Amino acid sequence: MFHTLSRLFCLSVAVTGLLSWSQFSFAAERDYISIVGSSTVYPFATVVAETFGRTTHFKTPKIESTGSGGGLKLFCEGVSLNTPDITNASRRIKKSEFDRCRANGVKEIVEVKIGYDGIVIANSIKAPRMKLTRRDIFLALAKNVPDPSGAERLVPNPYRTWKDVNPSLPAEKIEVLGPPPTSGTRDAFVELAMEGGAKTFPWIKTMKKKNKHHYKEICHTLREDGAYIEAGENDNLIVQKLEANPHRLGIFGFSFLDQNSDMIQGSLVDGVAPEFEAIADGSYPISRPLFFYVKKAHVGKVPGIPEYLREFTAEKTWGPDGYLADRGLIPMPDREREKFRHDALNLVPLEGI
Amino acid sequence: MNSTRITEKNTSELVRKGLKRRYRAERRFRFMGIAALCISVLFLVILFGSIISKGYSAFFQWKVRLNVFVDPARMDVDNLASADYAGAVKAALRREFPEIRKRREKRLLYRIVSIGASYQLRDMVMRDSSIIGSTVSFWAPLDDDVDIYLKGAYGKGSGRLKPLQVRIIEKFRQEGRIKKVFNTTFFTAGDSRDPELAGIRGAVTGSFYTLLVTLLLSFPIGVAAAVYLEEFARPGRWSDIIEVNINNLAAVPSIIFGLLGLAIFLNLFGLPRSSTLVGGLVLTLMTLPTIIIASRAALKSVPPSIREAALGVGASRMQTVFHHVLPLALPGMLTGTIIGMAQALGETAPLPMIGMVAFVADIPHGMTDPSAVLPVQIYLWADSPERAFVEKTSGAIMVLLAFLMAMNGTAVYLRKKFERKW
Repeated sequence: MFHTLSRLFCLSVAVTGLLSWSQFSFAAERDYISIVGSSTVYPFATVVAETFGRTTHFKTPKIESTGSGGGLKLFCEGVSLNTPDITNASRRIKKSEFDRCRANGVKEIVEVKIGYDGIVIANSIKAPRMKLTRRDIFLALAKNVPDPSGAERLVPNPYRTWKDVNPSLPAEKIEVLGPPPTSGTRDAFVELAMEGGAKTFPWIKTMKKKNKHHYKEICHTLREDGAYIEAGENDNLIVQKLEANPHRLGIFGFSFLDQNSDMIQGSLVDGVAPEFEAIADGSYPISRPLFFYVKKAHVGKVPGIPEYLREFTAEKTWGPDGYLADRGLIPMPDREREKFRHDALNLVPLEGI
Repeated sequence: MNSTRITEKNTSELVRKGLKRRYRAERRFRFMGIAALCISVLFLVILFGSIISKGYSAFFQWKVRLNVFVDPARMDVDNLASADYAGAVKAALRREFPEIRKRREKRLLYRIVSIGASYQLRDMVMRDSSIIGSTVSFWAPLDDDVDIYLKGAYGKGSGRLKPLQVRIIEKFRQEGRIKKVFNTTFFTAGDSRDPELAGIRGAVTGSFYTLLVTLLLSFPIGVAAAVYLEEFARPGRWSDIIEVNINNLAAVPSIIFGLLGLAIFLNLFGLPRSSTLVGGLVLTLMTLPTIIIASRAALKSVPPSIREAALGVGASRMQTVFHHVLPLALPGMLTGTIIGMAQALGETAPLPMIGMVAFVADIPHGMTDPSAVLPVQIYLWADSPERAFVEKTSGAIMVLLAFLMAMNGTAVYLRKKFERKW
C-alpha cells in the first residue's frame, strides 16, 4: 500500500514537472491559429476553419465562442503568442477598443467584413404570418412610448395586444421571446428595428440632435412588464418555444429561420419578408454586418494565417454560391467583396475608426 | 404496588386510544415518502425518455452507394492531397442524372451527398493510388438534411429539401442504393460543423486527459492532506481554521475556480489556453475539497483500537497509518475520489474562462493541445443552428450519462466490496 502511494506521489511530481517545463516551451510558439469572438460569427468561421484544416497541411484553427466584446478584449491584450490571432465580431470594433489595442502594442489590425446577418421576427407556421412595420415593433416593445393621444410626451407602454398597436394586426397578446442584453443580436435589434421605429415620430427624431442620451434611452429600452421575454442566448430554445406556443413571436438570427423553415415563418417587416435575396440587396431593414479582425503582428509567427484568409475570402466560400451562403450568411455585393478580399490578402491595416 | 397497577392500566389504555392515530400518521408518512420517490422517478423517466427518444438515432446513419470514376485528369500525382475530389464526386452524380441540366438544380443534386464523400475518396486514393483511372464504388454519408429526412425528423414534410431532391432520394431508395448503418463516425471523428461528419472522439479524449491530470493531482494531494489533518495535526485553532476553509471551498461556485485558473495558470504561468492541462488543474482545485472531506470521513471511521493495537506492538505513528489505518480507509477514499471525478467530468462552468468552450476539430494528442471536453461539446452542439445537431446533442448526452453511471456504479461496487463492519 505504501508503495502504491509513493508511486502516486512520484507521478504527481512528474505532472508538476511537466507543468513547469511546458511553461517555457509553449508560451513561445503555437502551430495552430487561435480565434476568439462573436457567437454569431462562430457558425460561419468554424466551417471555414474546418475546410481549411481538411484541405491544407495546416492544423485546424481553434475557435472560441466568447462574444464580440469578450473576443476584442482578449485580442487587444497584446502581441504575445498567448493572445489570439483573429477575433470575430458581429459589430464593428469600437473606438475605445481600437485605442486599447494600440495602447497594448496591437498597432496593425486588418479588418475583414464577411457578409450580413438578418435578424428575423418569427412565429409558428400554425399561426398566420405577421405583417409588421418597424413602428409597430417599437410601439409594441419599448418601455415608454409616445402618448396615444398624440401629445408629444412619453407614457409607460399601455398596449396589451397587437391590435392595440395597429388595428390591422390580430387581437393577440403581445409576447415576444428575444435575446438578453449581453447578446450582439439584441444590440443590433434595438439599433435597427426599435430605433428605426422610433424615428418615425418626428419629435423623437429631432431629439437625436438635442439630447442624444435621452434619445438612446427611449429607443433602446425594452419593456419589462412581461411582453418582452428574455429567452437566453440559445436560439434553438426560442424556436422550440415558438413551436409550442403559436401566439408568441421570437427574435433571432436568419440562419435559425433558414434551418427551421418547416416549423416557423419570418414576419414581414415594412412589407418585406426575411428572405435571402431581400436581406442581400438591403430591402429587408433589419440586417447587420459581420466582421473579423486579424493581428498583423502574428502573421509569419503563427503558421497558416495568410492561407486561412485566402480560404475565407475565396468566392467558393463567401460568394453568392459559396458554402457560407448555404449556412445562412448573406453575402456582400461584388464590389464590397472585392475590397475586403484585397484588404485581407494584402493585410491592409485599419487606419482609424 | 396497587397504584402502579392502576397507572399501568391507564397507560395501556392511553396507548390503545392513540394507536389508531399513530398508525394513521405512519401510513401518511409512508405514503408521502412513496409519493416523493414516485415524483423523482417520474422526472428521471421523463428526462431519460426525452433524451433517448431524441438521441438514439444519432447512433445510426444513412449512406448512399456511389460509383465514382477517379479521373486521372483531376489527379495531380505530385499533389494528391489537394486534388479535385469534390469535382469527381459531382461528376459521378451528374452522370447518373443526365436530365438535370440547370445550374440551380445541379446544386440541389450535389447537396444530397455529404462533403465527407470527397474526403473519403481522397483517403482511398492516398492509400492506393493505383485506383486512379478506374471506377470505385463506396458507401458515402448523405448530407445532414437528407439524413434526418430519412430518419423521419420532418414527419411527412420534407423540411429544407426541395421536391427535386426528394425525388432523387426516393429513386435511390427504390434502387436499394441507400442503407442505414451504425454510425461509427460518431465515435471516431472529432468535432465538425457538418453534423453527418461530427463525432465525440475529440471531446472524449479531451475529457480523458483532463480527468487524468485531475486524478493524478487531486488524489495524492487530497489523501495526504486528509491523513495529515486526521492523524498527525494537533487539534487547535489552526486546524479548525483549515477545516472551515476546506468546507467553504467545497461550496464555492465552480466559476470562481475558472477565474482563478485564468489569473494564475494562464496569465501568471503562461500555460497554453484551452489545453487539457489547465482544464485538469482547475478541476483539481474544484475536486480537492470533495476528496479531502470524503477521505477524512473514511479515516474517522477506522476504530481507534486498530491504531492503539499497532502502537502497542511498537509501530511508529507513520507505520501505524500506512500499514493499518490507510488500507482500511482506502475504499472510502476511493469512493469519494470517484464521485469527485464524476463531478469533474460533468463540469462546464469554469471552462469558458480558460478557453475550453471552443471548436476544436483535431483530436488532441497531448495535454498541451487545445481541446474541448464532453459537456462542452454538448453545449456547443445544442447551440448550433443545424437541425441534425439536435440528435447529436442527445446522443452525446447519452454517452456522458453512460460514463457517469459507470463511474458511480464503480463507486457503489467498491463500497460494497470493501466495506467493513466493526
